[in-house]
Amino acid sequence: MNEELTLTILGGVDKDGVPEPVKFMEVSKGEIIGIVGPTGSGKSTLIDDIEQLAQGDTPTGRSILINGKRPDALTRVDPRRKLVAQLSQKMHFLADMTVVDFLHMHARSRGKGPELVNRVIELANTLTGEPISPDHYLTVLSGGQSRSLMTADIAVISDSPVVLIDEIENAGIKKQEALRLLSGEGKIVVVVTHDPVLALMASRRIVIRNGAMVDIITTSREEQDVCGRITQVDNWLLSLRETIRRGEVVEELA
Amino acid sequence: MKLVVLAGTPGSGKTSVLLHTIRSLIKSGKRPAVVKVDCLWTDDDQRFSKLGIPVHVGLAKDMCPDHFTIYNTDAMLEWGASGGSDIVLNETAGLCLRCAPYPDACLAICVIDVTTGPNTPLKVGPLLTTADIVVMTKGDLVSQAEREVFRERVLEVNPGCIMVEANGLTGKGSFELAELVTGGPDVCENMVLRYNPPLAICSLCTGETRVARKHHMGVLRQLDGFMEYRGE
Repeated sequence: MNEELTLTILGGVDKDGVPEPVKFMEVSKGEIIGIVGPTGSGKSTLIDDIEQLAQGDTPTGRSILINGKRPDALTRVDPRRKLVAQLSQKMHFLADMTVVDFLHMHARSRGKGPELVNRVIELANTLTGEPISPDHYLTVLSGGQSRSLMTADIAVISDSPVVLIDEIENAGIKKQEALRLLSGEGKIVVVVTHDPVLALMASRRIVIRNGAMVDIITTSREEQDVCGRITQVDNWLLSLRETIRRGEVVEELA
Repeated sequence: MKLVVLAGTPGSGKTSVLLHTIRSLIKSGKRPAVVKVDCLWTDDDQRFSKLGIPVHVGLAKDMCPDHFTIYNTDAMLEWGASGGSDIVLNETAGLCLRCAPYPDACLAICVIDVTTGPNTPLKVGPLLTTADIVVMTKGDLVSQAEREVFRERVLEVNPGCIMVEANGLTGKGSFELAELVTGGPDVCENMVLRYNPPLAICSLCTGETRVARKHHMGVLRQLDGFMEYRGE
């Protein structure tokens, strides 16, 4: 991961087939990019385009370049070469397997060793309230447990230079810790969010409307200050939630 | 003339994937025709007709649907050629998973639904293991990790296949599939099947409806795995 890495989005068309206003966007290593816009506007579609490294062959007609070049076919499909890891809105597993079997197989599909499996479970358990056991069946995990496991899996097993995150705030997990975990060392992180804390943690954010990228906003100094302040509010809410979870009484307004 | 045989478990999205692939083929100047084989009933021919290409429906009815497909392969190719097509796409009904209606000189595509879980590739048999291309559908309904585990399982049973992730709703993967179809083999004389079909001709084939064991003849296999021939 020492090499240079840039991700380029070449614009396509909106939901009506009209060319989108933003025709070119380049993202460099270490950047966190937000994607914002109303529900149903096409935020997840943009994430999907990046995940598939679209080459004008998706409904949006967008193209994704890696280091300024079109990726070859194998880079697009082989998980061992995959540049993009994705944490999607899908909160549940459908596979009828135990956690440990699943992780072993996923490590193998990514060309990684079995020693990573326990590390994934340990890390997942730092993000979720109820601990996950290796013998649990995936299908019985709660939404928060599933999401924590997927997050830890991306951080440890997938370990791709580009990480796509879709609405992590809905997951019932410690979102800032999860984002910190995922953004790791020098990765490109693209996060779809309605959450002001996460949106303002990004250095730039793409605005989506009617399926099109309509604007790119650079997070200003003022917004960064706001981000710091609402982070405090957010942490307070989180600590209150933990208090209530533990069955304790909320004493006073801190 | 090229022959594409598209098989897969029911509800896996064969027709939807094929519709998108045909659009891509037409765009690149090809002249595809479709033969849709089903067991009892289908109205998929109406969906294919909307693309303005020649469509033929074959209903296997009382015949084994895979045998029906194999038996009619020559006829499909002649029908396609007579209508000026250069590719015949045959969507099969393929149900029992014991055999696969793939001739050697065709492009064999198996469509498989990711949401059925990572044990499914182990159950599908020759339909999957002898395919040239395996198309994974409904990947948008599971996590990336689950898709990758599924992919690993498919490669365990068919290490040489090309895998395509497709989405029947959005058309994802159809561009890639159309390119693979265009580069597929040309049909030849005296094609042979890739896989031997099961032991056929039993007393059910000849109309026996009584359940009791004593009425059955042919090559029979018991619950414990013991096999015997009973008959003349």
